[in-house]
Amino acid sequence: MAKSTIAETGEKPHTLLGADELILNMGPQHPSTHGVLRVKLKLDGERVIGSECMIGYLHRGVEKIAENRSYQQFAPYVDRMDYVAAVSNGLGYCEAVEKLLVVEAPPRAKVIRTILTELQRIASHLLWLGTHALDIGALTPVFYCFREREEILKIFEKYCGARLTTHAFRIGGLQYEAYDTLEKDVERFCKAFESRITQYEDLLTQNRIWLGRTKGVGILKPAEAIALGATGPVLRGSGVKWDIRKAMPYAAYDQYKFEIPTGTTGDTYDRYLVRMEEMRQSRLICLQAIENIPAGPIMAKVGKVLKPPPGEVYHSIEAPKGELGYYVVSDGTVQPYRVRIRPPSFVNLESFDSMVRGHLVADVVAIIGTLDIVLGEVDR
Amino acid sequence: MQAVIQATLDFLKAYWAPLLCGLVIVAVLPLIAGYIVLVERKLMADMQARLGPMRVGPHGLLQPIADAVKLLIKEDIIPEDADKLVFWLAPVLSVGAALLSLAGLAIGPAFQVAKGINIGILFVVGVSAMGIYGIVLGGWASNSHYSLMGALRSSAQLVSYETAAGMALVSGLLFAGTLNVTSIVEAQRDQGIWFGLLAPVAFFTYLVASIAETNRAPFDLPEAESELVAGYMTEYSGFRWALYFLGEYTNMIVVASVATTLFLGGWLRPFPNTHWLNFLDFFPALMMFLIGVYCVMRAPKQPAKVQTLFMLAVAGLCFVLAFILVAPLLIPIAKPSLAAAVKPFADGILGSFWFLLKVSVYLYFFMWLRFTIPRYRFDQLMRLGWHFLIPLSIINVLVMGIAMIVGSYLHLAGGWLLLVTIPASVLALIVALYILSLEQKSAATEQARAASDSYAG
Amino acid sequence: MADEPKEQQTPPKPAGEKPAASPSPQVTLPAKTEGATPPAPKPPAPAKAPVSMQTPLNNELVTRLRAKFGAGILEAIEDRKQAIVLVESGRLAEIALYLRDEEKFDLLSDLTAVDWPKREKRFDIVLNLYSFPKNERLRIKTHAAEGEQVPSSFGVWPTANWLEREVFDMFGIVFSGHPDLKRILLPDGWQGYPLRKDYDIIQQDTAWVRENLGIESGQ
Repeated sequence: MAKSTIAETGEKPHTLLGADELILNMGPQHPSTHGVLRVKLKLDGERVIGSECMIGYLHRGVEKIAENRSYQQFAPYVDRMDYVAAVSNGLGYCEAVEKLLVVEAPPRAKVIRTILTELQRIASHLLWLGTHALDIGALTPVFYCFREREEILKIFEKYCGARLTTHAFRIGGLQYEAYDTLEKDVERFCKAFESRITQYEDLLTQNRIWLGRTKGVGILKPAEAIALGATGPVLRGSGVKWDIRKAMPYAAYDQYKFEIPTGTTGDTYDRYLVRMEEMRQSRLICLQAIENIPAGPIMAKVGKVLKPPPGEVYHSIEAPKGELGYYVVSDGTVQPYRVRIRPPSFVNLESFDSMVRGHLVADVVAIIGTLDIVLGEVDR
Repeated sequence: MQAVIQATLDFLKAYWAPLLCGLVIVAVLPLIAGYIVLVERKLMADMQARLGPMRVGPHGLLQPIADAVKLLIKEDIIPEDADKLVFWLAPVLSVGAALLSLAGLAIGPAFQVAKGINIGILFVVGVSAMGIYGIVLGGWASNSHYSLMGALRSSAQLVSYETAAGMALVSGLLFAGTLNVTSIVEAQRDQGIWFGLLAPVAFFTYLVASIAETNRAPFDLPEAESELVAGYMTEYSGFRWALYFLGEYTNMIVVASVATTLFLGGWLRPFPNTHWLNFLDFFPALMMFLIGVYCVMRAPKQPAKVQTLFMLAVAGLCFVLAFILVAPLLIPIAKPSLAAAVKPFADGILGSFWFLLKVSVYLYFFMWLRFTIPRYRFDQLMRLGWHFLIPLSIINVLVMGIAMIVGSYLHLAGGWLLLVTIPASVLALIVALYILSLEQKSAATEQARAASDSYAG
Repeated sequence: MADEPKEQQTPPKPAGEKPAASPSPQVTLPAKTEGATPPAPKPPAPAKAPVSMQTPLNNELVTRLRAKFGAGILEAIEDRKQAIVLVESGRLAEIALYLRDEEKFDLLSDLTAVDWPKREKRFDIVLNLYSFPKNERLRIKTHAAEGEQVPSSFGVWPTANWLEREVFDMFGIVFSGHPDLKRILLPDGWQGYPLRKDYDIIQQDTAWVRENLGIESGQ
């Protein structure tokens, strides 16, 4: 990565006193680039006049690995992409392969999948909230967020033995039956979470400094957001009411009532509000889902050896970060011919440059935070 | 040769007391700073639903010592492209200025290094501001972008907020009529009221400006770890880094001491002239005693025997302190003949206690803010300084001066001065807020214009 | 471990599903002459009786596309209820623009490629589109031979910027008209294109690794 071309801004660089621009390398080792993102910033004083993201430090060739593993063998690998939302990754992959096999998971499995995935969304958003607030200089929310996230991870641990990279689902349904007190645990968490989220909002939502740091920062207008392919909370923050859970329901989402929160101006504050509301909505989904978990098998009839008929399928889910798509091509053998993963973080990060122009260095970290990227997913 | 030795001896004879005080400060201050850090971490942990340092010593009480040892034995890295001399000098300058400014402060009526220095406050403020050279030079000499930006931010911040702080001090000094720190405290005793109450706006301005001056959150932009990694300290490690750290915490103590001296009545207990409140003199001893009792009660519940012993030792220390604090008060009652002999001692030790207590409360407020609110952005920080605090403090000086004249015309003194100073403070606040609203309006139109421009382009 | 790149032999008959009646070995269909169009006015329900999983598709959209671009549309099929349109690579940008503006496929969800080394034109370029107004997905495919330039979609969907860079990085497919086509995930000096089928899974650019990392092997 020796060459350093930064796309020109189009306007004349307005340097004061005829001074030169400053090239600042932010990352790959930097406290708030959320992993190994490296951003090359062109600065005029503290104002950003150009930026270039340099990624790939965490590239592991997940897609290549997929071509050399059987369908089931590859499932744990997807957990390592967006490692703070492993359950969602697994859901997307399993459903994509199920589509390829033309089988469907039994209703019970679907509901349990939905519960776990929504819990994972809350956990992922909590991590985002904590780190985002930390980037902006609020030291305390991160610990509160981790306290609640811990509760969710405990539920995962009880369910499948793993906390982070869970591999909770299997192609065709579930490996494990729900443990006895799953409903109770989820309910207890959801009941407590209500007041906890109010606590975070007390710390931030009306805080003048928080407003000053997030309002009007990193504005992404709806047309721009669509053109740049932004999805998930980033798109909804810009006011586009689109959520795959509603638009093309998968798992058991068609059974539950929930709202899609949207923003108005598309700034960092709006995205903050959208994610906060999404946590509340996920909580509601969980509460609805545990009311009535249907009885029945948890695994569809799929063989031990999966040989999907030749063909291809694109399946996407609403991961916490945005549209997580799997494009799986089968040649009829036991190994996928090609697995393409459409990573929401990667595509959302493309908006970074247009969001960051004209802002200050301090806003750069706010914008990285608001995009909610996970480098494991960006680089795969 | 003989003459040199003689001169040295004369010098020592004349100045042995301040030299000793200075040595004590230099020797003890790193330890105090270390324990302030520990207290800060413990407070932070408490507010963040966790425990904080627990491993080194009981409840992490030996953590500062472990930290110090770690910092001292760490590899000392100097970047290859750094300006070595300046890189070496900068932290020394920073910590030196901070320590030197302590010399002007009076901790209790008896304890002052530069005894009776007549430019007191001016000396402290002037010398502590010198520390900025350490930061700027360190940031520049590191030859790193982050350091440079931290240094620039730091100097801009100091320039902006030193003005407001200085003006706030002027408002307070109007009431004292002197720069000598001892006289300032005595003036508050004579008036029977803290100047912080007489000039609340000035106190508030100084509070905010002092946070900014010491680079503490929410104004910790020069070392904003999420933006500039560690700001001007990015390239520093080991002992040099520790020096910066020491300088920063010393600076906090300095600004807290200045505020205590000028606005919070220095070493005076609350309401020093109200005789029926004299029992407050026993408060320090009582507090130490209660802490000791608490330690004794907790001691058996400690998980390890060594911790129990440690707690008992702390309790013993508290009891000894309580005794020392209460003895000067009891001796005159028991033997009235000794009263005169004991009096300076009593004043000194109780005064130091009250002074340190006030400084601690001030520092606690610093820490509390740090854990609670996010960080300002640089332009917002500048706007707050130039558009609000500086106008506010200047207007405050004006109206306070007028209030003083009106007060002397009406022969008001002591608490009665509040009759004129409180309306004056409110007036200053209203005018400053009006100016701010004007600025905000123009800034909003500016921003809207800039935004439409950037969309057009 | 199956490290050798899989070649696309004639696959065995699909296991779980109904066996394919005709041996339709290729996943991507060979470029049949387009035009075998008439029946099925509605999108058929293919899960019912899939001969293979892929059936010809002939809905209104395809009709409109054919009317507009004629021979530019090579084929339209449906695979597991997902619409796939195979277009001529040279006219990709033009068709993309039409799809975005007239058919309202305003979101480029994904752009990727698949390598079929045995085929004459070895690469598939795959664009997954989504339309907000219609709530509908569409997959556009085109074939490209080794060294052949494919028109960039950057002008139509700016998202394509990084997605095309990734395809270039992984497959070595050059997109003409891309503003800044260079590697994105791998280092700039890296030799080889890892997601090609002839690039072994443990293969690496040893020279690069030795020079830049100072180690013999990254394995």
